[in-house]
Amino acid sequence: MTGPAIEIEGLTKDYPVGFWLAKKKRSLDNLTMQVERGEVFGFLGPNGAGKTTTLKLLVGLIFPTAGTARILGQPVSDVGMHREIGYLPEQPYFYDYLTAYEVLDYFARFHDLTAAERRARVEGLLKKVGLETAGKIQLRKYSKGMLQRVGLAQAIVHNPQVVILDEPMSGLDPVGRREVRDIILELKRDGRTVLFSTHILSDAEMLCDRVGVIAGGTLRGVGAPGEIVGLKAKGMEILFELAGGSGGAAIAAQATQTGNRYRIQVPEEELFGALEQLRGAGARILAVAQVKATLEDYFLELVGAEGAQGAAVEVSGR
Amino acid sequence: MKHAGIVAWNTFREAVRDRVLYNLVFFALLMIAAAVLVGQISIGIEEVVIVSLGLTAISVIGLLMAVFIGVGLVYKEMDKRTLYALLAKPVHRWEFLLGKFGGLLLTLTVNTAAMAAGLFGAMLLVQPALKAADLCVLIAVYFILLKLAIVVALALLFSCFTTPLLAILFTTGLYVTGVFAQQIRGFGNITGSRTLDAVAVWFSYLLPNFENFNVIAAAAHRRAIPGALVLQNTAYAVIYCAIVLAAASVIFSRRNLK
Repeated sequence: MTGPAIEIEGLTKDYPVGFWLAKKKRSLDNLTMQVERGEVFGFLGPNGAGKTTTLKLLVGLIFPTAGTARILGQPVSDVGMHREIGYLPEQPYFYDYLTAYEVLDYFARFHDLTAAERRARVEGLLKKVGLETAGKIQLRKYSKGMLQRVGLAQAIVHNPQVVILDEPMSGLDPVGRREVRDIILELKRDGRTVLFSTHILSDAEMLCDRVGVIAGGTLRGVGAPGEIVGLKAKGMEILFELAGGSGGAAIAAQATQTGNRYRIQVPEEELFGALEQLRGAGARILAVAQVKATLEDYFLELVGAEGAQGAAVEVSGR
Repeated sequence: MKHAGIVAWNTFREAVRDRVLYNLVFFALLMIAAAVLVGQISIGIEEVVIVSLGLTAISVIGLLMAVFIGVGLVYKEMDKRTLYALLAKPVHRWEFLLGKFGGLLLTLTVNTAAMAAGLFGAMLLVQPALKAADLCVLIAVYFILLKLAIVVALALLFSCFTTPLLAILFTTGLYVTGVFAQQIRGFGNITGSRTLDAVAVWFSYLLPNFENFNVIAAAAHRRAIPGALVLQNTAYAVIYCAIVLAAASVIFSRRNLK
């Protein structure tokens, strides 16, 4: 099969609000994007940006006001398509009278797996998400992080082609986050497509082939983290020491001091002037390095940018 | 249908684990107390009193369960968001509804069967052996179950679009009105208005007619219940439940899960 894993065209979602539900509030506005097969795509945005709305539209929990979406070439309204997708809802909650084993077995039953296949999958997944010893405990005794792990396990219990995760790192401790990252990378190695929403930018930077930034229901930009980060240098950083204390150079007053070392960031075009000034003051230059923009800078720039309500900012060629 | 079965079994499992069937202990105590006391306060009609009391208790306990669990069947899943992961599986929304309906009906069937067994046990305390005429008690239990099925379907329908409190009010209101469906049908005759008569007749046909399901008095006095009524009530309950569940399915299939 060819073609993108997820195709979204002009997806728009309005919610009725007010006492008479006569007014409309737009949660998602004309979203158009694609997620390629085998790609890990990060969906970034602040709270209320439209990330969860998009993911819910994709799994058929809500219905679009306008636009279309297809997963593996099939419209998202086709329930049969759900055989090929796995979904982790935001802050998942499951039947708390069941054990983790029973929950996973319950969800696996909807995928025509034999009893032996189900047992093997469930036991393997419990081990994978670190719940091997807690598998027989009722979920009402689980912590938020443990529920998140169960949620992730149920999303992939049937080995889906496309995995959609809404804030998969939410509520997890550093070890749990590391485990989830490893699972996402493993899914990618197996050729699965992963679309996940997050506002933990370091995770997106580490995992994603591409990211999309959404704010106010509008897609603001799409691109590979490497391209985004490498697009422009934020400036140059100079690390230096002053032999005779800190009063030797006016520029030192603007620097951050750590012991007898100073660190200052200057625009690229002012680098040579700053170096000459420091040399003149008897400073010993220890290092000069380029400061690259981070995904966070890119995110804040797009989300905070005024007038970015219109068309999406295309960063990469894809 | 297989998916609906999976949901139904899980719904039954939920009821068992949430100790819903503990009400049986209350029923057992009631029956034992009735069997002991009734002999002292009623002379010669112990069996009638025990059957009346037992069937009424089965009906009331069943109704309470059908309404109070039924109204939360869908709402609770939406409120707690347990539904989100489920509907992301290859499960149609109508399959989910059918499963929830089937699960509660299974719970009520087990509950009613256990209570009926308790009732027959109490009957054996006041009569030497069961008679062929006692079959009408079993039919009365079956009619209670059919009635509960309709109540569960109605509760499920309201659970799809309103809060549990309103759903309780709507379901209870419809039940009470349904008990008097035949009187409503005759309302137009009293007023003498042909328009009102037509409206009352149509309205009474829309309402669930629970009056036909009440054979407690006949069973208590061991009067035979016609086979035609058994068939008629069965067909009525099946068709009424199908219509209500279809309506619930139409509403729920368009519902956005926020």
